[in-house]
Amino acid sequence: MARSVTTRRKMINTALAWGIGLLIFFPILWTILTSFKTEAQAIANPPIFLNFDWTLENYAVVQERSDYMKFLWNSVIIAGGSTILGIIIAVPAAWSMAFVPSKATKDILLWMLSTKMLPAVGVLYPIYLLFVELGLLDSRAGLVIVMMLINLPIIVWMLYTYFKEIPGEILEAARMDGAELKEEILYVLTPMAVPGIASTILLNFILAWNEAFWTLNLTAVDAAPLTAFIASYSSPEGLFYAKLSAASTMAIAPILILGWFSQKQLVRGLTFGAVK
Amino acid sequence: MSTKTALRAATAIALIAGGAAQAETITIATVNNGDMIRMQGYTDQFTAATGIEVEWVTLEENVLRQRVTTDITTKGGQFDIMTIGMYETPIWGANGWLVALDDMSAEYDVDDILPAMAGGLSHEGTLYAAPFYGESSMIMYRTDLMEKAGMDMPDSPTWEFIREAAAAMTDRDNEINGICLRGKAGWGEGGAFITAMSNSFGAQWFDMDWRATFDQEPWLNTLTFFKGMMDESGPAGYATNGFNENLSLFQQGKCGMWIDATVAASFVTNPNDSTVADSVGFALAPNTGLGKNSNWLWAWALAVPAGTQKEAEAKQFIEWATSKDYIELVAAAEGWANVPPGARTSLYENPEYQKVPFAQMTLDSILSADPTNSTVNESPYVGIQFAAIPEFAGIATEVSQEFSAAYAGQQTVEEALAKAQALTNDAMEAAGY
Repeated sequence: MARSVTTRRKMINTALAWGIGLLIFFPILWTILTSFKTEAQAIANPPIFLNFDWTLENYAVVQERSDYMKFLWNSVIIAGGSTILGIIIAVPAAWSMAFVPSKATKDILLWMLSTKMLPAVGVLYPIYLLFVELGLLDSRAGLVIVMMLINLPIIVWMLYTYFKEIPGEILEAARMDGAELKEEILYVLTPMAVPGIASTILLNFILAWNEAFWTLNLTAVDAAPLTAFIASYSSPEGLFYAKLSAASTMAIAPILILGWFSQKQLVRGLTFGAVK
Repeated sequence: MSTKTALRAATAIALIAGGAAQAETITIATVNNGDMIRMQGYTDQFTAATGIEVEWVTLEENVLRQRVTTDITTKGGQFDIMTIGMYETPIWGANGWLVALDDMSAEYDVDDILPAMAGGLSHEGTLYAAPFYGESSMIMYRTDLMEKAGMDMPDSPTWEFIREAAAAMTDRDNEINGICLRGKAGWGEGGAFITAMSNSFGAQWFDMDWRATFDQEPWLNTLTFFKGMMDESGPAGYATNGFNENLSLFQQGKCGMWIDATVAASFVTNPNDSTVADSVGFALAPNTGLGKNSNWLWAWALAVPAGTQKEAEAKQFIEWATSKDYIELVAAAEGWANVPPGARTSLYENPEYQKVPFAQMTLDSILSADPTNSTVNESPYVGIQFAAIPEFAGIATEVSQEFSAAYAGQQTVEEALAKAQALTNDAMEAAGY
C-alpha cells in the first residue's frame, strides 16, 4: 500500500541523508584541507578549518621526491588487470552456480567466502616464497594474479547474486533457439546482467586499488602502486602530516573521480534485484 | 640539421644509452625520517662520483621492519642495502644473513664510529651495519616554566625530582602538562620507554634463567610511579601518545618536560615548527640513584644482505653515506644542526658542531648508555630498551598493550604485570628457553 510522505518528513530525511553523507566524507575533506596547510598548521590545536594560509608546497615536495605517475600507472594496471581477469573467471563460475547448481554449490560458495576470513599475514611467507621461486616479486603480473585471487570470492558472490535474479526460462529459450553455452553467456546473460557486472567491476577495482598488505609486501621499485607511495610519507618519528595528506589526496583523487562519475551505475548495480 | 650533426647526435645518444645500460643500480630499503629523506636528496652526487644508480624504497618504520624481515628470511633478494636498527643487527649477523663490514677503506676510519654504536651493531666483534645516525633519549624541558616553578634542572636528575617538577609546572587552566611521555602500545613506542625507565628502577625483562621478572618489586615500582606521575601531571589520553603526539604537544607549548629521543631536539628548537624553540633546555634522562639512567640507545644503520649480487656497490654506497665527508656535505649545504647525529666521534670534536645547543647532551646521553650492561642486576641479554632475541618484538608488543590498558585505567597495574608475567613465560617456554 502506498504511503503518503509529508513534506516535513521528506525534509528531515534529506537533512539526515546529507548529514550522514557529510560525516562519512569529512575525513576525506579534512585530508584534502590538511594537504594545503603547513606542517605547523596541520598539527595546530585547536585545529584550523579554513582560516589558514593555503599553500601548494606539500604537493611540490611530494612531486619532487616521488615519481607519482609511475605509482599511478602501477595502480591502474594492478587494479584494472586483476578486475578484468577476475571477471573473465567469475562469469562462467557464477553462471554454473546460478543456473546449474549442484548439491555442493552452497558449500562451495561459503568456502570461497571463508577464505576472505583468513588473516593475510598467515600466508605471507608461503606466497612470498612462491613469488621468489617464480620470479614474480616486484612484478605487476604477480600482483595482478594475487589481487585477482583475493577478490575472486567477492566477484563470484556478487555475480551469483545478480545472475540468480535473471529468470532461467530466458536462457532456456535461448538454448531452444540454438544458442550454445558461449553465446548464451555472452549474448543473453551478460547483456541482461550489465548493471550487476558494472557494479562488480567498479567495486573490485576500488578494493584492488585500496589493497595495502600485499601491494606493500610484494613490491619494491618496479611494481609499487599508490599504497606504497602513501606508505613512504608516513612516519612515527616526525610530523609530516601535511605532506602525508598531500600524498593521500593524490592517491585517492583518481578513484574519487571514478566513483563520482560512476555513482549511478554503482548504486543501480548494488541495489539490482533488491526491490521486487 | 645536417647529416653530420644528426650522426653526431645519434652517436652521443647511443653512447649515453650504452653507458646507462652498463651502470649498476642498487636498491635501498629505508625508513621515512628527516635524515634519510635528506640523504636521498644528495644521492645524485654519489651517482655522479661513482656511476652507480640508486633506487629508493622508502617505508614507514613498522612496514619497513616487516618488509625487510620477510625478504631477508626468504632470501628474496629485493634489496642491496637495508636500513635496520640495533635490535635486528646482532640477531641477523649471528644468523649469517648480513655481509660483514670488516673491509672498509682506511679513509672511512671505522674506529671513528662511537663505541656504543659500533658495539650495538656488531656480533662477536664484527660490524654488520654502519650507523647512519644514532640516538639516545634525554629530557627536553621548558626553561621558562622551570624558572616560573622556582626550580633548577640538574644535569642528571632523579625521578623524584622530575615528578616534583612536573607537578609544579602543571597548569591545567592554561593546558600545560608538567610532563609528556610515551604510553602508546608497541614495543618501539611505549614499550621502549617503559623498558628503559625500568632499568633505572632496578627492573629487567629476564633473570639469568630467562624467566620473566614482572612479578618482582622493581617492575611494580616502575609502573606505579609512571602511572602516578602521568595521572598527576601528564596530558589526557597519554596511554595512546607516542613520539609524534608528544612532539606536537611540546612544540605547541603544552608540555613542561618531555623525555624522548635525542633527535627530537632539532625539532623542538626549530623556530619554523616550534612555538617554544627559544626556551628549551636539556638534561640526562632520570635515574633513581641505582647507577642506571633511563635512557636508551638506538641507531638506524645501513646493512648489506648476504646473497646480494651487488655487494661491492652496496658497500661503496655505505662508505659514502656514513662517512665524515657526507656529514661535511650536509653541514655545508644545510648547517651543522641538520647533520646526522650520534654516529661518529669526530663530529662531537668539531668546534662548529659543539655550538649546536643539544650536541653535548646528546653525546653524554649516548655515552651513558651501555647495551651490554643495561640493568642493575645481571641479565642474560644485550640491549637497553629491548632484549636482542628474536622473540622479543612479539612478546614486548603484547606486554606493552597490557601496560597501556593499565595507563588507560582499564585494569590495575598489578593485573597488567600478572598478565605480562604469564604471557612472557608462556612465549619463552614455547620458544624453548
